[in-house]
Amino acid sequence: MTASARVNPSEEPGATTAGYHAFSLGQFSFARDEYFVTLTWPAKGKRQSHTMSADAFLRALMRDVAWNFFYGLVNFDAVFGTRNLYGRVELFAGRYNEAIHGAGLSYVEAFDSAQAMARFKEILADWVNAGFDPFAAPSETVASPFGEKNGDNIAAIDRFRVMTKRMTGLPGDSPLRTDAAGFPVNRAFADVDQSEPEVQVEPGFEGEVHAINLFKYLSRSDVTWNPSVTSVCGRSLFCPTTEEYILPIIHGNDRVEWFVQLSDEITWEVADRETGRPRARLTMKAGDVAAMPADIRHQGFSKKRSMLLVWENATADLPQRYERGELKPWPVDF
Amino acid sequence: MATYRTVFGSVDRYEKGTMEIINDDPKHYVYSNIFEVVARAKPYEKVAVAKNLEYVIEAIRAEGRSPWMSCAHDEFVVVMDGEVEVELCKLARGSGQATKDDGGGKPGSVLVEGEPQGPRMGRIRLKRGHQALLPRGAAYRFNAARPAALIQQTQRGDLTVEKWGEICYR
Repeated sequence: MTASARVNPSEEPGATTAGYHAFSLGQFSFARDEYFVTLTWPAKGKRQSHTMSADAFLRALMRDVAWNFFYGLVNFDAVFGTRNLYGRVELFAGRYNEAIHGAGLSYVEAFDSAQAMARFKEILADWVNAGFDPFAAPSETVASPFGEKNGDNIAAIDRFRVMTKRMTGLPGDSPLRTDAAGFPVNRAFADVDQSEPEVQVEPGFEGEVHAINLFKYLSRSDVTWNPSVTSVCGRSLFCPTTEEYILPIIHGNDRVEWFVQLSDEITWEVADRETGRPRARLTMKAGDVAAMPADIRHQGFSKKRSMLLVWENATADLPQRYERGELKPWPVDF
Repeated sequence: MATYRTVFGSVDRYEKGTMEIINDDPKHYVYSNIFEVVARAKPYEKVAVAKNLEYVIEAIRAEGRSPWMSCAHDEFVVVMDGEVEVELCKLARGSGQATKDDGGGKPGSVLVEGEPQGPRMGRIRLKRGHQALLPRGAAYRFNAARPAALIQQTQRGDLTVEKWGEICYR
């Protein structure tokens, strides 16, 4: 990271470098070149800047867009990210970086979520080249994210979290994944049993007696690190997902969330949400269950594509209750 | 092209992961393993392995036939190991067995007294990785010829057992 007194002319909104447009959102500016994304923000009367790999930036931006800013903080890296205020969203630079914030060089600006989302989608549309899929595992996307602008991949960046009203596969609810629907079994799950539950339904109860092969459904996910809702119990959401390589963002919690490792193994690096100071490292294996407290940030590493059940509580006022201290950041005392 | 092997656990064969604490209380992660919990549980004991305010995930050892249970809200069950049959029966309004329609609905699973009074809805045979809906207002019971491991998405109820100190890393 380097300090800069002014915005590089190539980072001015509308300018192009290597064929890529530069963008702004409020006082933030975003520019990419063949390898990197550079963003700047105002600090102490000057412009502070930060550089990320274009690859890492686009993978993080893709999740932030697909998840509609998700729960809490989506840290693109140790400096830049978003904080969901549910209807509005904050963009921050250095706010959750102990050194930058302590030096008075951090910056936070809030936007209507729709406004920020529209700009983020514009950036994705312009900066993702033909053949590069920021949602795919690195070994599964054909083209390099680097180099001069070369077409686009609108289809790849137009995917979102699957939302479910009651349970996946019920009439009128989120659909199952099949060959016919364009969801073949992933190469890493070729050994996953594809048999269906045996369901015998008495007349009149067709919409009530229902079961799916959840592991089959997961084995056919075409994306990684994209928790999608498959069953809803009040505000309790089962959000299973398949994970490979590195979670492209560092998720900062605004509530407790839970992980149930359904298959294989993921290592989680856990740090303090506010400062980024390391707190713990968990290596979860099949059958393991662990809470992620409400005051941490975490990033996962999965050597082989694995199945993870992310369990969320979508109760609306939870962030405020944690902030007011009404709830402890950990879920259980024992 | 590489050949991958997907590793699932089972009650008889599982490996619990590890925690390396740098600067925290290990109890804050409430870290347990479903297969370890099920291996030590009584049949159909509903042991909470995750809790988020009023909501829980329970680990259940399915073995033999369970009592009939019901719930005022939807619940969901996922088979983590083994095979389980689920029988479903609609609870009749005014039978005194229904939970929500009678206005006496409690959160979480409740026991149904005796045989459920109402039409049979159907039955489901589940294997590892299968997930079933346990619809609100229905009675259900499980049957497993051999010990199986289930997790249930529900609310904390009278049948929920919390024994965090026994199941979690400390």
